Amino acid sequence: MSKIRKRPAEWAFDIANLLLMTLVIVATLFPFLHIAAVSLNEARDAAAGGIGIFPRVWSFDSYITVFKYNDIFDAFLVSAARTVAGTALSLFFTSMVAYSMTKKELIGYKHIYRFYVISMFIAGGTIPTFFIYQWLHIYNTFWVYVLPGMFSVYNMILMRTFILQLPKELEESALLDGANEIRIFLRLILPLSKPILATIGLFVAVSQWNSWQDTLFFTNNPDLETLQYVLMKVMRQTEATAMTKRARMSMSQMRTISITPESVKMAITIVSTVPILCVYPFVQRYFVKGMMIGAVKG
Amino acid sequence: MPVKASLRSKVSRQRYLLMMVAPSLIFVAVFSYLPIWGMLIAFFDYNPGLGFAGSKFVGLRYFKEFLGTSDFLLLMRNTVAISSLNIACGTVFPVAFAILINELFVPRMRKLTQTISYLPHFISYVVVANIATTMLSPDGGAINRLLLGLGVIQKPIFFLAIPQGFWFLISAINVWKETGWAAIIYIASIANIDPQLYEAATVDGAGRMRRIWHITLPGILPTIIVLTIMALPDLLNAGFDPSYLLGNPIVSDFSRVLDTHIYAVGIQQGRYPLATAVGLMRMGVSLVLILSANSWARRVSEYSLF
Repeated sequence: MSKIRKRPAEWAFDIANLLLMTLVIVATLFPFLHIAAVSLNEARDAAAGGIGIFPRVWSFDSYITVFKYNDIFDAFLVSAARTVAGTALSLFFTSMVAYSMTKKELIGYKHIYRFYVISMFIAGGTIPTFFIYQWLHIYNTFWVYVLPGMFSVYNMILMRTFILQLPKELEESALLDGANEIRIFLRLILPLSKPILATIGLFVAVSQWNSWQDTLFFTNNPDLETLQYVLMKVMRQTEATAMTKRARMSMSQMRTISITPESVKMAITIVSTVPILCVYPFVQRYFVKGMMIGAVKG
Repeated sequence: MPVKASLRSKVSRQRYLLMMVAPSLIFVAVFSYLPIWGMLIAFFDYNPGLGFAGSKFVGLRYFKEFLGTSDFLLLMRNTVAISSLNIACGTVFPVAFAILINELFVPRMRKLTQTISYLPHFISYVVVANIATTMLSPDGGAINRLLLGLGVIQKPIFFLAIPQGFWFLISAINVWKETGWAAIIYIASIANIDPQLYEAATVDGAGRMRRIWHITLPGILPTIIVLTIMALPDLLNAGFDPSYLLGNPIVSDFSRVLDTHIYAVGIQQGRYPLATAVGLMRMGVSLVLILSANSWARRVSEYSLF
């Protein structure tokens, strides 16, 4: 194509397209940089407005406040704990089933498969789920974050597709050596499945880290609040106060100290986003791969 | 009996496999199927302490109550409006973005734009809502500053307090968050188009626009149709997050949807049967939509879910 000389109209298209895509990049990144800049700026100065993507007067007070404030640090730990525990358990449990479901000779295979697939398209909704969590005694405990996500039919099918592509010979020779299926799963299948485990693990980890509805619906214990939930609370409080004029006056009175609700909110936003931004450059290709496997299988 | 004997020997041969599968069967039964049975709550004056046996059967009373309120039409209107805007924008923008990415003549820029564009997909909606309120704020929010600077507006606009604008705001935020991610599948689909088609068209003198219109678009049309059909079952699912996080008393007539209603009535007010009735009606509609979408998709392409 490049051998044929471009006409002026084509050049115009190319340049316009390039500008548009640059605009897309700016529009995607600007909000993050802007919020980081505001959170790193001295709070009273930030309240005067006009900050772009660089802090005007540097200050770490908002972050110091965030980490000194025990509730927020505890919430960070709860978020981290549910991400680690939820991801590990979900990967183990889901891959175990995925491996077993590659065996078409399994008793009742067709029925079991149908049983899983139908469950993807039905959802009992919030209230029955609420009662089942109470009945299981996981309502208002840490387990309400981990247990319901332990098995995902969708991820199981992705993983099963991957395992089916592995060479059969390895498994057959292990069977001949007298290894049982549990041993084969642990020693052979799991190590060979690292790429798909990485992909699915990242999806699960991100959704665990970002989750906040379960805190709102199924807990009422402050000790179980996650970082996203605390951010949601702080956000709704500052929104509510910004809505009334009287509160605006009290906000301006707050300008005598070095933090504002706004600056703390920005700092929590950054703290809850940074873990994802840090791993993103390294793992985004896995996400894309996972999306493609899902689409092909669909 | 030989049949029994063979089954027994099969069970004993497969005991390890069965041990690995059994927990997940119980898991799916408890977390997916049991809640379906739990939806019977909608037909009872349900008393959590006594269970179904101790609760009075009231038939369709709670369904009638929900259908009878003025809220019903309002909630349906908002839910369908927000979700159909999301389905429409969730098709048009990713397709346009995928085509434009494909037309970029600097390969490195192609990769960079794509990588950055799906970043917002991985950010929680709480953070996105926070970004949105900051950017849209009438007190020096970046968007107001930009519009004021360009002279488009004379005084700041309080975007989140315009009732009629709420649906469009939500879908604009959705476009920002999801376009890059949703485009992946279209970009892959464009990559599968035979390059000879483009070469032949170029030799025949077709310009860029004609190549896009006559080759790229028809090439990805099956993907577009199938993905759009498969999005239709979400017609009554406008999502909880946007309305809950960005709604406020000023816009509530346009922001309240079925999800936030179920939360408010069920979890906050404890009117379990009424909230369950709303959920049950929605599930009924979704099931019909899924089944028809599936057979529709199967008719227009080989693709179907089951």
